[in-house]
This record gives sequence, structure tokens and C-alpha cells, in this order.
Amino acid sequence: MRIIVDPDRCQGHSRCYSLAPMLFDVDDYGQSTALNDGLVPDEHVVLARLAMQNCPEMAISIIEDQ
Amino acid sequence: MAKTVVVSFATDYDIFDPDYVRDPAPMWEQLRSSCPIAHSDRYGGSWLPTRYADVTAIAHDVEHFSSRNVGVVPPDELDDGMLPAGLPPISVDPPLHTWSRRLLLPWFSHTRVAVYEGTTRALCAQLAERIAERGSGDAAVEYAQQIPARVIAGVLGVPPDLADTFTGWVRDVLEFAHDAERRNLGRNELVAYLMTQIEQRKSAPGDDLISSLLHTEVDGEPVPDAHVLGTAALTLIAGVDTTWSSIGSALWHLATNPGDRERLVAEPDLIPVAIEELLRAYSPVTMARIVADDVEVAGCPMKSGDRVLLNFPAANRDPEQFPEADQVIIDRSQNRHVAFGVGIHRCAGSNLARMELLVAIQEWLKAIPNFSLDSSADVTWAGGQVRGPRTIPVVVG
Repeated sequence: MRIIVDPDRCQGHSRCYSLAPMLFDVDDYGQSTALNDGLVPDEHVVLARLAMQNCPEMAISIIEDQ
Repeated sequence: MAKTVVVSFATDYDIFDPDYVRDPAPMWEQLRSSCPIAHSDRYGGSWLPTRYADVTAIAHDVEHFSSRNVGVVPPDELDDGMLPAGLPPISVDPPLHTWSRRLLLPWFSHTRVAVYEGTTRALCAQLAERIAERGSGDAAVEYAQQIPARVIAGVLGVPPDLADTFTGWVRDVLEFAHDAERRNLGRNELVAYLMTQIEQRKSAPGDDLISSLLHTEVDGEPVPDAHVLGTAALTLIAGVDTTWSSIGSALWHLATNPGDRERLVAEPDLIPVAIEELLRAYSPVTMARIVADDVEVAGCPMKSGDRVLLNFPAANRDPEQFPEADQVIIDRSQNRHVAFGVGIHRCAGSNLARMELLVAIQEWLKAIPNFSLDSSADVTWAGGQVRGPRTIPVVVG
């Protein structure tokens, strides 16, 4: 699984970082980025989906493994 | 002000009507299925969207909807001149919004908010302990109201023991916005106080937001004093009533829903999830926009200059977005609520507000795991720009 943060949509709500700090980082302006090139370890796929489902800006998308 | 009875919500809603302030959700439900964007001529006239899709679309459309006045009640002639730069960044549009927001955001980053957590926790524990020992108290006046003004005083570098004075000014400006005389009196005192603070920091800067703004350059120019004043006033106005209302609503919910209270006491790890659900269900803040260019939204012809209320509280109760929207589901895991707004004006202090709300609920439940409303006294609510309980008499045990 891979997560992508759309930097134009992200407005710094920090919901992703609060829910899954092992998958996201935020800078001092609230801008979120996906860690590890967005690659999600198997043990964190539930958290990755939760982060996507709680983003008020719909800024997070997920590419599932084929 | 003489009030007339509201005949039709769709054409004559009154956001200060005591019944609406106490429980607005039934009106929103009725409007969503009949007239999802209502209009009223009261308080200078405004549009009131009630659906999540409409509220968020308007919030994102900064071309048609300006932030040049975000009050739910229009300013009057007495407002002119006291805050010449407005309240940047909340009251300005891009490009001014962009740099003024960048000056402010680092003061509310996760790193910065962590600095305030320890003192906030100690304050909450002390306040809760006092109520626990007495066996009764007012969860709004003696607890919720006491927290944000002291935290914001730390950000601004002003004395926390003036918290009650700050709270009084902010109530004048927001809660009594429809009383022009009181609003202007409170606003003028707040402005005079901050102007003195700005002058002092020019020669003796500290580690605080006002000093930082005064000693920052944008494009090689110092930030104008009027801008510093506006941003400092915004920080105080937006940081007090809002968070206090959220903490109060959360405690009111827990006082009246023993099942949820018992679950959070038993499962404290659930509190961060519960906080988001309580923010959704009892969102305090409604902002306004001014139509910049004629535009039609869901069939409603909005004209340049019209006021539109960004009804985030109603959006968060829209069943199209949230299953069982009027139910508090304390472990709701999918929660794209917009209590802090959406788009470029997302509440700049949301990290700080969330920390305060989380710590306030954690420390209250630690000291007072068992409590309920005191049936001999009334819960009272305020509304308009910011909705929340103003008195919550509780008994412990």
C-alpha cells in the first residue's frame, strides 16, 4: 500500500499526523508529507485508511497493492 | 432589541433566538429537507447553508466568497478605525492572507503546542481538584472558562492573572456582538491594552507572539503595527471563547450521558477519538463570508455584498455525510468533521485547541470520574458566532 498527500489540498488539520505519526510528518506550517515515500508497512494499513477517512480536505489518497 | 417571533426558519431564522441557541439541530434538520440554504433579513441579512456539501464548497471558494468581514453580525460605523488592518489572517483574502497566516502558524505547530501542555495540565488538575473537594461546582465558569484565556496569555506573553479580564472582553466582542454598545466597549478596551503591550515589546521583546511579529520582516519591510495589533487581537478573540465552549459542551455531554462518561473513564485511550466526535456534534464556531461576485449556490442567487454564514455546526450534523449524525457515537472512527473550518482559513490554532480540549477532559475525568448535572440549577447557553454552555452546575459522585 502507498499513501499520497496532495500538497495543494492539505490545509494543515494534522488529523493524519495525530492518527498515524509513523506514516506522516507535518512541518511548522501544518503541511503534511507521507514518510518513507508513502510506503505503508503491512502492520499500519488500518491506520493509513483511518488517516485517509479522517482528512477533512480529502487530501490523502491510497494506492492498494495489486 | 425587540424580538419578533420566528414564523419560518427558511425565510426568517434568528441565530440569537434562545430556543435556537439551546438546540439548533431540529431547525437544521427541517431546513435540510425543505430549504437547505435559508435566508433571513435579521441582523443585516444573511444566507444560512445547512448541508455539509454546500458549507464546504463555499468555504473552499475564496474567489466568490471574501473573508473581509467574518462576523455573523455586520459591523457598524463605530467599528471603523479601531482595528485598521482588520484581524489578519482571518479577515483577509489572498495574497495578504498567505503571508500573514505564515507568520502565525509556527506559533501553533505541534512542537510549539507541546511547550504549553505541561502548564495546561497542571492548571486543569488544580481546577478540577478544587471542584472535586467541594463536591459541586460550575463546569463552565469554574473550569472550562478558566483554561483557554490563561493558555493564550502564555502565547501572547501577557499576564495569565488577567484571564478574567480577557474573557470579559472576548465575551463582549463575540457573545454580545448584537449589542453594538457593549461590543464596541469591550473591543476598544482590548485594543487599548494590546497597543500598550506592543509599545512595551518594541524596546523589551520577549519570547512571545507579539514580540516575534514586531521583529519579523516581510519582503524586507517590518510588519506594520496595525497588522501586529490585528493578529494579536485575533489570537485573543479566537483563542478564548471557542475552546472554552468546546470544553464546556464536552463536559455537558459527559454530565448528561453517563454511558459515554463511564466508557471514557474505563478506556482513557479512547478520549482522543471521543474529542473529535464531541467537536463534530457540538461544533462551536460559525464564520461569515461576504459574496465578492454574484454567484448561485444550490439554486440560491447570492449577490455581491451578501453575507453568508458558514454553518460548520450544521454541516457536521448532515446525515448525508455522517451516519446517525444527531447521535454522539463516542468511538466514531470515520469523522471528516469541519469544526475548525476547511480550506485556506482552517483554524490556525486548531492544534492548540485540540491539546487544551484533550487535556481538560483527561484531567477532569481523573479528578472527577463520576458527576452529573445539579438538577436544582439551570444549564445556560450562548450562541451566534460561538455556541457553548455558559453555566453547567454539576454535583460530584
